[in-house]
Amino acid sequence: MAVTLSEKAAKHVANYIAKRGKGVGLRLGVRTSGCSGMAYKIEFADEIGDDDVTFESHGVTILVDPKSLPYLEGTELDYAREGLNEGFKFNNPNVKDQCGCGESFNV
Amino acid sequence: MALLQIAEPGQSAAPHEHKLAVGIDLGTTNSLVATVRSGLTVVLNDALGRPLLPSVVRYGKDGAVEVGYEAQRLQSQDAKNTIVSVKRFMGRGKADIANIEAIPYDFVEAPGMVRLRTVAGEKSPVEVSAEILKTLRARAEASLGGDLIGAVITVPAYFDDAQRQATKDAAKLAGLNVLRLLNEPTAAAIAYGLDNGSEGVYAVYDLGGGTFDISILHLSKGIFEVLATGGDSALGGDDFDHRIYCWILQEAKLAPLSSSDSRLLLTRAREAKEYLTFHGEAPISARLSTGEMVDLMLTTQIFNDITQTLTMKTLQAVKKALRDAGMTASDIKGVVMVGGATRMPQIQRAVGEFFKREPLTNLDPDKVVAIGAAMQANLLAGNRAAGDDWLLLDVIPLSLGLETMGGLVEKVIPRNSTIPAARAQEFTTFKDGQTAMAVHVVQGERELVDDCRSLARFELRGIPPMVAGAARIRVTFQVDADGLLSVSAREQTTGVEASIVVKPSYGLSDDEVANMLKDSMTHAKDDAFRRALKEAQVEAERLIEAVRAAIVADGELLSDDERARVEAAITKLHTTALGENRRHITLAMDDLEAETKDFAARRMDKSIRRAFAGKTVAEIEKTAKGNEA
Repeated sequence: MAVTLSEKAAKHVANYIAKRGKGVGLRLGVRTSGCSGMAYKIEFADEIGDDDVTFESHGVTILVDPKSLPYLEGTELDYAREGLNEGFKFNNPNVKDQCGCGESFNV
Repeated sequence: MALLQIAEPGQSAAPHEHKLAVGIDLGTTNSLVATVRSGLTVVLNDALGRPLLPSVVRYGKDGAVEVGYEAQRLQSQDAKNTIVSVKRFMGRGKADIANIEAIPYDFVEAPGMVRLRTVAGEKSPVEVSAEILKTLRARAEASLGGDLIGAVITVPAYFDDAQRQATKDAAKLAGLNVLRLLNEPTAAAIAYGLDNGSEGVYAVYDLGGGTFDISILHLSKGIFEVLATGGDSALGGDDFDHRIYCWILQEAKLAPLSSSDSRLLLTRAREAKEYLTFHGEAPISARLSTGEMVDLMLTTQIFNDITQTLTMKTLQAVKKALRDAGMTASDIKGVVMVGGATRMPQIQRAVGEFFKREPLTNLDPDKVVAIGAAMQANLLAGNRAAGDDWLLLDVIPLSLGLETMGGLVEKVIPRNSTIPAARAQEFTTFKDGQTAMAVHVVQGERELVDDCRSLARFELRGIPPMVAGAARIRVTFQVDADGLLSVSAREQTTGVEASIVVKPSYGLSDDEVANMLKDSMTHAKDDAFRRALKEAQVEAERLIEAVRAAIVADGELLSDDERARVEAAITKLHTTALGENRRHITLAMDDLEAETKDFAARRMDKSIRRAFAGKTVAEIEKTAKGNEA
């Protein structure tokens, strides 16, 4: 199963990378921390690591390290607006429960 | 579900620990807030998508406070309680304010900084500015989905310490942590990326709604030095509107208008001005309350002609600033345009012709200062990208110095020193047996104290009695990265020390600050309490040190019994000062002072005897006469 971007998310990522002037894609990952176990990582990527698994979605390269992949399989990254706030949102089918704010989660 | 932003490689924040920081352009007419989001600097809009917040605060009878467009709309109906352009009053006394009689507010003279009387009570400009900052803070926190760790706030390059401190206090009152105050022209230069490897002299031409500022910056190795500033605090885009308004009155041969018709035509004038930025001519039509119709065509040519004098006035100020900086137009490597009024093509053309180079205009001139501030805030908050770790240095805009005998100024840190900076200088006593020295800190370029701005006064006490000129008092000036000053004085032989942090020389007492903070956040209340406590503790330490020094010097003047009592009082004060009860500290200090009163008198006698020992009466008389002279 792949990790994908919604069309809206892809447009924003492509725009951010273009304005930033460098970068090969978007790195998604998880790490242990936060109030319910796992936390998402979302970063610009300047190079592709040897172990990285890559996906293409709407013209954007997504990089995921193999350790994170099992937690992210099937995830779609979306871009959302809530009131004045806007940003990226993980739609992750692996998540069993998450902390109130959704910044960390359990599988 | 939280909304996430893209971080730089390796910079992902732990959950709930996003380092949210903003840049704020706290302007005379309009204010803005910006941030760096997923690597991109953006200005944060309000719920209606408007980036600007008019810097207008209206106080209602019921204690309600309105900020921004709503307050601006009601300005003409409720001029006394609707505060516009409060920035002009920040850190200023009544005497400092130009054209005060033309301003519709009830000014109340208060020590150092004026206050404004409104239906909601007397308000300090600091409180009014804090309302604007609170609104921007709320907007930022709603937009970023979390608490801010801090903000960079911009101030004009010519702001002195009192005005900077007032700005900092306003931020504190609004619950904002100030990462740094940044000069507006410097922020504009950062937004254009001039800090990245550009060297040379740049001009920042800032024509806002009601003010014009020109700054000449010298940039080298990441250090921005303000060579000169100038401008006109009563010249801006509004004056261009007014010229069009006068032209309409003249062309349409209108009789004196009602105030609502005047406002209507001023609005039409502004619209025509903005239309002309992209078109060759602008139609102006309006129906007045009298039923009269106004139907005119304003061409670019006419607009240029009627505003020619205004454009020239800005260039006069530019010439003067260049002269002050010892530069000519050809020395300037680039010109940055700031302020909405610089959109006018005739301004861009005139500036381009003057400097013989195209000015930089590709960023939105309304937003460029806030954008630069946000970029700086992002760096200071620690969200920096690899290889992006440049250090930005600002300079002290006006020299800092001390008053010396005869009301003269001795400069300790010259203007344009890079900050943070620390300099020390040695001073000595003026009279024999002098045990205290008043330190008066001033800021300015003039030679006489009266012509400079007074920032703070404090006393160094406990100098052992010596002949004049023997004491060595080292005065250290320290300026932190915000351009704020602390001064300490230390007598080198005994080590007695006194210091001051230059805080409101505009004369807000701690009580007043405490009152202002009362209706504000609880943590701000804590701050005021802590500051007062800290000051009492420092005062106590200082007193203990002075007494100990005296015992070391003249311990034999005390009987064993007296000495034990003094020691007991010292111990008591020392223990109290470790606690958190300010009143107890003050009481313990009074006790120690009472116990040492006789001792102090005896020491004074002794030093006088010592000074006169072995001298003839004639000599003493001669010395005395000399001292009188």
